[in-house]
Amino acid sequence: MEQFVKAEIHIPENIVYKRTNLLVDRPLSYCPGCGHGTVHRMLMEVIEEMDIQEKTIGVSPVGCSVLAYDFLDIDMIGAAHGRAPALATAIKRLWPDHFVFTYQGDGDLAAIGTGETIHACNRGENFTIIFINNGIYGMTGGQMAPTTLPGMRSSTSPYGRDVASMGHPLRITELVAQLPGTYYVTRQAVHTPNHVRKTKKAIRKAFELQKENKGVAFIEVVSNCNSGWKMTPVQANKWMEENMFPFYVLGDIKVDGKIIEAAKQPSSEVAR
Amino acid sequence: MKGNEAVAEAAIRAGCDGYFGYPITPQSEVMEYLMSEKPFERTGMVVLQAESEIAAINMLYGGAGTGKMVMTSSSSPGISLMQEGISYMAGSELPALVVNVVRGGPGLGTIQPSQADYFQAVKGGGHGDYKMIVLAPASVQEMCDHVKLGFEKAFQYRTPVMILSDGAIGQMMEKVVLFDQVPRRSNEDIVKQCPWASNGRPKHRDHNIITSLDLDPAGQERVNLRLQAKYRQMEQDEVLYEEIQCDDAEYLFVAFGLSARICQKATDLARAKGIRVGLFRPITLFPFPAVQISNVGNRVKGILVVEMNAGQMIEDVKLSVGCKVKIEHFGRFGGIIPAPDEVVRALEQKIIGG
Repeated sequence: MEQFVKAEIHIPENIVYKRTNLLVDRPLSYCPGCGHGTVHRMLMEVIEEMDIQEKTIGVSPVGCSVLAYDFLDIDMIGAAHGRAPALATAIKRLWPDHFVFTYQGDGDLAAIGTGETIHACNRGENFTIIFINNGIYGMTGGQMAPTTLPGMRSSTSPYGRDVASMGHPLRITELVAQLPGTYYVTRQAVHTPNHVRKTKKAIRKAFELQKENKGVAFIEVVSNCNSGWKMTPVQANKWMEENMFPFYVLGDIKVDGKIIEAAKQPSSEVAR
Repeated sequence: MKGNEAVAEAAIRAGCDGYFGYPITPQSEVMEYLMSEKPFERTGMVVLQAESEIAAINMLYGGAGTGKMVMTSSSSPGISLMQEGISYMAGSELPALVVNVVRGGPGLGTIQPSQADYFQAVKGGGHGDYKMIVLAPASVQEMCDHVKLGFEKAFQYRTPVMILSDGAIGQMMEKVVLFDQVPRRSNEDIVKQCPWASNGRPKHRDHNIITSLDLDPAGQERVNLRLQAKYRQMEQDEVLYEEIQCDDAEYLFVAFGLSARICQKATDLARAKGIRVGLFRPITLFPFPAVQISNVGNRVKGILVVEMNAGQMIEDVKLSVGCKVKIEHFGRFGGIIPAPDEVVRALEQKIIGG
């Protein structure tokens, strides 16, 4: 491969890849190895490629991505914990020709905001939900989340999640897929280039669907939390593949308003 | 029309963009009236029944964050659920209108009228140092007028505004003179009028962020100082009140909302008996007419504060008037409305004879 010096790299015709202009040029507040930064980039690339930044309104959550609005160079509103789908409902109804999305973590979307999530999905609100599931409360320091796996240790389940007393992890993505108001429901990951590409495709599809007024597009991204899981990023990704993916199976769950038969699998065996 | 219906009709006519609510007695007529009037056809206004009061107030937060004119209505237990959202809107400096048709509490309480939410409304029921403009209508006409006024002030100060009504004013029927339809603002108007709002970033400006979060203590203190300056400005410019027969008064009733209506009758009854009593009615509960009450209050021999609660506004009356004048409280609560002759008796016993 031809070698370039730095000055040559900066010549526009030699550039083969660059950061999207819609990511603010500042260091991310996320831990090294975390999936948030990658999802941020995919999201902004899609908005830039569709050239819809003037018509996009994002809603950020409470959690690690509470400061998402500092990194995403589009108009944003920071919701109270769990309430992003309520904000997005009003925003989309008041600005129906705009593109609206929420960006939420598992505690935000599947614990404190369960009601808002279910009802926005059930009403078939015409916005995109991006749901980052890392099975733990990262921001507050690694407490048990609604999606923490059985037996998984966290600071509030230090001996592992005991499903008999702490309940089972919630597969809310499968749950919302059952609702008539969701049109596209998928579960993706961002720990390999291949998965990143698939996630970006899913985000693009979700935003395209907003033009058609089809209802909620719901994208779960299974991610790691190496600090919360107390692992190196590499260990965390391996652990995620071995433990998270069997329970949170990747792939489309609902496409064009129809549940994918093959997606109806994840056995309750894993939960026991 | 009913007080609650007047609120709904006024919302449409004020050019409101969105109403988000959840049913609760005694104010459900607001959303019922809106749904039957089809404002989405009349003006394009959005009306949505939310899954909870928590969702409703956060819908307001979202809508207000984009510069739209949004409102909700509820009653005491529902308003308690909305406190977090109101605090967020105060912190993010967003305009919105919240109508509280108060019922008796605490807890599930009763569906009958009450004024026991004064503290919650005026002292900031949610967390943090914030205030909102609180309007206290005493008639169906004011239920209507305060909607328009509330929206004006909400946008002027970028603040949530509350109408603190009660179950009786919400339910009672009176004649109303409705104001003419104000056209809803176009999206272009909103972008121009609300340059702070998050409604899509054009290439020529920075992105707008609506948040109440500032992790830097110095930054958060600056936010608080700005809010406090705004509240001082409201205290200077936005006080509303009414004085009835105060000029020659030897005694004074201080009452707001429905209690003021009762005291108006009580004033007539007392004067027929030869007791020269006047009525001071705060219309804004925040900003409180402290100076004005002090001026009138320090001319009289005694003040009876009449409220449908166990004694809430009396604290602000005492702070305003000082301790040279005798100030007592008369209240019925739990949903009981005092009769005018009861109020006159209380004046005679607690102030004149006491």
